Amino acid sequence: MELVVSLEFSGGAELLFDKVKNHEVSLPARANGPWTIKHLLVWIKDNLLKERPELFVQGDTVRPGILVLINDADWELMGELNYELKSKDRIVFISTLHGG
Amino acid sequence: MESELHELRRQLQEKTKEINRLNLLLREKDGLGNLDVTLPFTSADTNVSHPDIPCETLSNASIARYSRQLILPEVGVKGQLALANASVLIVGAGGLGCPAALYLAAAGTGCLGLLDYDTVELSNLHRQVLHTEQRVSVPKSSSAAFGCNQLNSTVRCIPYHMQLDSQNALQLLRQYDVVLDCTDNVATRYLLNDACIMAKKPLISGSALRFEGQLTVYNYQDGPCYRCLYPTPPPPETVTNCSDGGVLGVIPGIIGCLQALEAVKVICSLGNTYSQRLLLFDGLEGTFRTIKLRPRQQSCVVCGDNPSVTKLIDYEQFCGSRANDKEHSLELLKPEDRISAKEYQSIVKEKLPHLLIDVRLPVEQEICSLPGAWNIPIGDIHKEECLEKLRKKLQETDDSVPVYLVCRRGNDSQEAVKALKEKLKDMPHKFKDIYGGLHAWSKHVDTDFPVY
Repeated sequence: MELVVSLEFSGGAELLFDKVKNHEVSLPARANGPWTIKHLLVWIKDNLLKERPELFVQGDTVRPGILVLINDADWELMGELNYELKSKDRIVFISTLHGG
Repeated sequence: MESELHELRRQLQEKTKEINRLNLLLREKDGLGNLDVTLPFTSADTNVSHPDIPCETLSNASIARYSRQLILPEVGVKGQLALANASVLIVGAGGLGCPAALYLAAAGTGCLGLLDYDTVELSNLHRQVLHTEQRVSVPKSSSAAFGCNQLNSTVRCIPYHMQLDSQNALQLLRQYDVVLDCTDNVATRYLLNDACIMAKKPLISGSALRFEGQLTVYNYQDGPCYRCLYPTPPPPETVTNCSDGGVLGVIPGIIGCLQALEAVKVICSLGNTYSQRLLLFDGLEGTFRTIKLRPRQQSCVVCGDNPSVTKLIDYEQFCGSRANDKEHSLELLKPEDRISAKEYQSIVKEKLPHLLIDVRLPVEQEICSLPGAWNIPIGDIHKEECLEKLRKKLQETDDSVPVYLVCRRGNDSQEAVKALKEKLKDMPHKFKDIYGGLHAWSKHVDTDFPVY
């Protein structure tokens, strides 16, 4: 079954996605096991990212300076890369701001 | 002995106040021309101790002045006295620091330290609202101190016209109760975080860019620190400053005001602070969102159970970036691949055939541009469709016709030359950039040309 989740990019991370902040996406059913954030990052890189992937992912995780939120909580509280996505989850990728 | 010391301190405090008052008067009469020489503390003198006589009662003047917040049961006399006895160090007297300082001065904070290495520029004033046209080119720290004292002369404002660094940070921070991170660069943010952990001070951190702002409180009530959240600094090329990314003035205004609010709450022990929480403000969407952050990390190298960073380090090296947000000039090209603004002027004058490509964003082209320029934004220069268009254009152009690239300051134009030399190496045309970009054009050729 497809998994519908909403993705959000902010703090400048949206610039890598044609400046679109909100994306409602349908993830195809996975044959072996549930969708995790780790799988989601690969999917985003292959399907959504418009330019310069190194500014979004490094290795199998997000690059330093991007904070991931799962339903308004820091992903560190939710299992980080191993969090299993549920239908209607809201995953936010925020680039930290440094200006003042 | 004890009472004698007490009396001496009291006298010193009174005399200092008088000196500050006279300095303010003098500066006002002087039209601020000599601001930095007449101010008592503009050097890198971090050894300024605070008056150590606590204020125990509110004067009638204070009662009248702060009456509207005094009657809030949560504040009351106790809270107002806590404010009067508190000292806050504001690092960065810019878009965040200005509103934060204004509200903290207005609220009757006893002592405000205002630190900034920079001087006021006209392009600051749309957001750095404590500075004025009259104080352009005055040190921001002095200008902010002056502005705060104009609003509230009873607040002790100490300007520090200097760069915070690993040598001076701890000594300075130890003299304050609360620290506000109102800085504009990654290196200083890590430095301030580590110094606050070592000096055991709460750090109220704000940041802003474009239409967005972020706010949180670090190292308070056992919450996380900046390093708990961001153990590794971001790659320098992913960091955008206000000068390149732009910022709507009111955005840091809102975040700076919230930093002042958090400082008041910390000082008066009120309510829930943003410790272990992060506020995300999106001014364009009109949303405020608060998210729950991870707790303090036991494994954190600076605030964890077994810290490995116990001394301040070289933060510019750690972050791979400078501790300021000033423009810097890249030198990517050899001199023969560059021409000066003056040389380009004579090319135009003599009507020598050439192609000019402006690599700024369209929004920047609308502000000002040189006649006849093609626009290919630097972000698009790698794109196949852009390269194809350019290739087509070059095929119609004589081989000997040079292509000149221009941008705002002469950095992106070099990147563009490098990219095009590689991508269009099959083309015989020469690619060069205009040294120093439109800023150089304005400086050396056409002084009427706008600078932004």
